[in-house]
Amino acid sequence: MTAARWKLMSGALAAIAVLGATTACSSSSKDDNEILVYNAQHESLTKEWVDAFTKDTGIKVTIRNGGDTDLGNQLVAEGKNSKADVFLTENSPAMALVENAGLFADIDKDTLAQVPEQFRPSTGKWTGIAARSTVFVYNTAKLPADQLPKSLLDLQQPQWKGRWSAGASGADFQAIVAALLAQKGEDVTKAWLKGMKDNAIISQNNTVVMKGANSGQFDGGVIYHYYWYRDQAKTKENSANTQLYYFKNEDPGAFVSISGGGVLKSSTKQANAQKFLNFITSKQGQQVLHDGDSMEYPVAADVAANPALPPLASLGAPKIDPSKLDAKKVTQLMTEAGLL
Amino acid sequence: MVAATLVPLGYIVSTLVSTGWDETMRLIFRPRVGELLRNTAELVLLTVPICVTLGIGLAWIVERTDVPGAAWWGPIFAAPLAVPAFVNSYGWVSAVPSLHGLWAGVLVATVSYFPLVYLPVAATLRRLDPAVEESARALGSGPFAVFARVVLPQLRLAILGGALLISLHLLAEYGAFAMIRFDTFTTAIFEQYQSSFAGPAGSTLSGVLVLLCLLLLAGEAGVRGRARYARIGGGAQRSAHRIRLRLGKIPMFVLLAGALAATLGVPLWTIGRWLRIGGAAVWDTGEIGASLGQTLGLAAAAAAITTLCAFPVAWIAVRSTSRFARIIEGANYITSSLPGIVIALALVTVSIRWLPGLYQTAATILAAYTLMFMPRALVSVRAGLAQVPVGLEEASQALGIAPAATFFRVTLRLTAPAAAAAAAMVFVAVATELTATLLLAPNGTRTLAMQFWQLSGELDYAAAAPYALIMILVSVPVTYLLFTQSRKAAGL
Repeated sequence: MTAARWKLMSGALAAIAVLGATTACSSSSKDDNEILVYNAQHESLTKEWVDAFTKDTGIKVTIRNGGDTDLGNQLVAEGKNSKADVFLTENSPAMALVENAGLFADIDKDTLAQVPEQFRPSTGKWTGIAARSTVFVYNTAKLPADQLPKSLLDLQQPQWKGRWSAGASGADFQAIVAALLAQKGEDVTKAWLKGMKDNAIISQNNTVVMKGANSGQFDGGVIYHYYWYRDQAKTKENSANTQLYYFKNEDPGAFVSISGGGVLKSSTKQANAQKFLNFITSKQGQQVLHDGDSMEYPVAADVAANPALPPLASLGAPKIDPSKLDAKKVTQLMTEAGLL
Repeated sequence: MVAATLVPLGYIVSTLVSTGWDETMRLIFRPRVGELLRNTAELVLLTVPICVTLGIGLAWIVERTDVPGAAWWGPIFAAPLAVPAFVNSYGWVSAVPSLHGLWAGVLVATVSYFPLVYLPVAATLRRLDPAVEESARALGSGPFAVFARVVLPQLRLAILGGALLISLHLLAEYGAFAMIRFDTFTTAIFEQYQSSFAGPAGSTLSGVLVLLCLLLLAGEAGVRGRARYARIGGGAQRSAHRIRLRLGKIPMFVLLAGALAATLGVPLWTIGRWLRIGGAAVWDTGEIGASLGQTLGLAAAAAAITTLCAFPVAWIAVRSTSRFARIIEGANYITSSLPGIVIALALVTVSIRWLPGLYQTAATILAAYTLMFMPRALVSVRAGLAQVPVGLEEASQALGIAPAATFFRVTLRLTAPAAAAAAAMVFVAVATELTATLLLAPNGTRTLAMQFWQLSGELDYAAAAPYALIMILVSVPVTYLLFTQSRKAAGL
């Protein structure tokens, strides 16, 4: 090799080393005017909240994305050593998990005052930040409206074999199972999961369920409402052949899941963390749910839902205390049923 | 360093021990594990023979016939390696939305991994001594008999090596199979991780997966044997003459074009289609720039560290014949045959419990990358070191230069090209890595692969397209490097 090539090579190696060193450092710098949010909510929605919050307060927010259950379990494993300040989820069970491990600080009184009682746990250790309704999305060509299941529980019957789908590994679906468990008890849940193992086609997540129903791979599936409304608002590419069916009548399939937010006790930035939750549940924060394209329901500060959605009060949801939803038990039951 | 390579294995063993015998048995001998075992076995047993057949067939047509454009086809069939398997999956699933299950898995895996057989086979075919084939023909064997009895046996090493690599990839792949709803051990471990973080069920599945990997390694070593493949005796070999296809040219050309359309055409066409649909709106240059920067930073750091770590191991492997040297080298290969998800799970647990300072830092993910991609660097660096004449080092020392200075001024200089190749290969592997990155990335990190995965998971295929395109572009130069390297390696 010539000297010139050697110089080029060592120059390149040096550049690589410097680049590497800068990435290594940038991630460990900490600033007091900054919080770390473990985020299991949809990234786009959280980003809208974060951008508005940072603009208002100047507090910088770093986001670690993940799912409800993995981040919840991660927080439990991290315990007091966690670097997280705030935890946001899509559903309640992971909040209950962290609450039961004693890791949440009390939520500020002002924040709680912004959220009606039915959308937060009685303990005040965390708060609801948004809501979503369980629905049955179905292909209108494959499934006439008069053949729809009357109840979520019907889907365990043999006539539904190979005809419906759900995103079993996701926290979204597991929250629905947790509600079923809380409402109907272990025996009913076990039997239903066994029926599901026999009947259901397992998908990766809600969007894949909707897409499969739309393309006619199966008749329908259990998802949350807003995936459908979002797709309808955009290109309808994944939902044009489908409709939503609401079970209503306090059926387990009419479950409304509360997305939660909590402040970690171990956080050294309590004030900023509390301020963030206060912002999310404030009129301005909830307005994001009305105006934006998340299509989730606002729960606080008297903000109305996006006009495209049926009113939350009309959905006939069963009444379930969100802090009673047991993620661990659900994972165990689903593993036993061979779904995980 | 040897200890570090054994962390993942040690983690699996220790969690199995702490879970207890009864619980472990209960978690292993349940129907779900049987299902996963069947899925995974079917996937390997179907995909590997298809890849081998396709790889050999394409290599033979390209290297040994006068099919039009033979010179162009050579590098083209290495190009699919530039498309990460989960991008291939995205390409196919948006072209055929109903794609799912075993055959979809076989399809996506085949188009992603067949070059791992094609490359070494094509390189070997090119270097085979035609004299042996001519002798066989002179003794009355027809063309097919010559291929089966003379050519094929000489391709054995290339085929076996490629088949082993493909099998290990199949066991480790997550994104490609998750996207088409096909469950393997790796996708199931990921689901368990999502449902219970690092719980016993996930660790048990990891244990079974590790066992499968070790079985494959042992199987390959057993089949490889110790036969001799090098040319004996003096003289120089000619290159083989190409078979004249005459009328066969057209179908052969169509076959090659079809393979090209399936492997490169579908993903590129899909990405192009989504880019067109998405228009300018999907090019959020701030977000894309940020994740490109983070990806390049992580990949560059991992490439530098891994190549540096490969040096001492390669040095020992080349210059020492001790059993210790074999063990050190072997430990690296075994660890890297473990799927990224197992390594990541181990590092999450170990760092959270015993090294909280390292938890969720760039250091942990760089350690994971180093463990995973060490052999890629090792193969290259070792080949480079092996070519350094010991006589030059001795001469340098005889002239009064200290050993350390000799290393820098002689050895390192002569190995630099090999080291650069090693670094480049690790760089691309990291730039397109998904599974371990999802579990270990430091807070706030959004690599290209993570962004792509999140967006395609939300079915925002248009917004995911730019990330897919950039990942492919980053990989293209190195894929070409792999192509030229495979030719060199076969000549050694």
